Amino acid sequence: MLNYIWPIMIIISVFSAIITNRIPELSNSVLSGAKDAIDLTISIMGMMCFWTGIMKIAEKSNLTQKISKIFENFIKFIFPDCDCASKATYAICMNITANLLGLGNAATPFGIKAMRELQKSNKFKNTASKSMIMLAVINTASFQIIPTLLCTLRQKHGSENPMKILPYLWITSLCALIVGILAVKFFERKNGD
Amino acid sequence: MQNFGFYVIPILIVLIVSFAFLKNVSIFDEFLLGAEEGFGSTISLIPTLVALVTAVSMLKSSGALELFADLFYPVCTFLKIPPQIAPLALMRPISGSGSTALLDNIFSNYGPDSVIGTIASMIMGSTETTIYILTVYFGSVKIKNTGHALFCAALADICAIVTAILVTKFLIL
Repeated sequence: MLNYIWPIMIIISVFSAIITNRIPELSNSVLSGAKDAIDLTISIMGMMCFWTGIMKIAEKSNLTQKISKIFENFIKFIFPDCDCASKATYAICMNITANLLGLGNAATPFGIKAMRELQKSNKFKNTASKSMIMLAVINTASFQIIPTLLCTLRQKHGSENPMKILPYLWITSLCALIVGILAVKFFERKNGD
Repeated sequence: MQNFGFYVIPILIVLIVSFAFLKNVSIFDEFLLGAEEGFGSTISLIPTLVALVTAVSMLKSSGALELFADLFYPVCTFLKIPPQIAPLALMRPISGSGSTALLDNIFSNYGPDSVIGTIASMIMGSTETTIYILTVYFGSVKIKNTGHALFCAALADICAIVTAILVTKFLIL
């Protein structure tokens, strides 16, 4: 995927910079971008360590197993090739919980943990398994009950009712999520037979 | 309700830690084991992040988003969609901080309760930084062939944007 997206992004950037006459800015952005990546890594590292640590505690006390019981039927439907009592499933459940609660910075560590567990049982290490694709797509269409950042921003700019859009947001997110899941299922069927 | 977000994290942590405490788990040792794992996966993300963040930073500085937004201008006016939405919709999949800055800008210029502000809020709330998530998730396990993931994720995003505009036009306003 990135073998196509990455060069396209770079080529578009260079041509756009020529058209808009922003070559100096582009040149600086290469240097600052590489530095920003390391800043980003350092800023997410604390959260990554913290949440995977918390997850380990939850795992040892069998709490993750209990949470995954709640999602059991959903998981069975969405991730058919996933064993319901595996570490991968527990991480997926924690990832879904964090997404629902709007904890973006906790969802990513759980999601990455789930990807690593899924990779262990993946037959072709270079190719994404069905469950991996499903997990990634669910996360790109993340469904949040309370989008905290959005509501805070709306309040900051003097919205009369920052939470007013929430029910509509749920409808919209749910539509997107269902379309995403059905699209993945469609490809699974098509490629599976 | 507004402050609900601030309660989630403390409640979650207290629940997990006290539950483990009752079950006699050696909490601190387990935390360290888990945290070490998180440390390792963050380090292994560095090459992926350098590649992606640099490309995104180049895209932002090159004015490409404005050029593409201009291309969408006639389409937007034809469909009676405020064209100011286009840069946000283009920025959203590649950069969380970039799209938040654009949203903040839209709110200052038009207000969060205007048509533009509402559509922008709806798009922001119902989509995610798709390219970033796909890159990080697959990059963390060095998957090269991601199959239909990008297509499905893009389809979900387009669905979210279309639904956001329709819902705003017909239900909210």
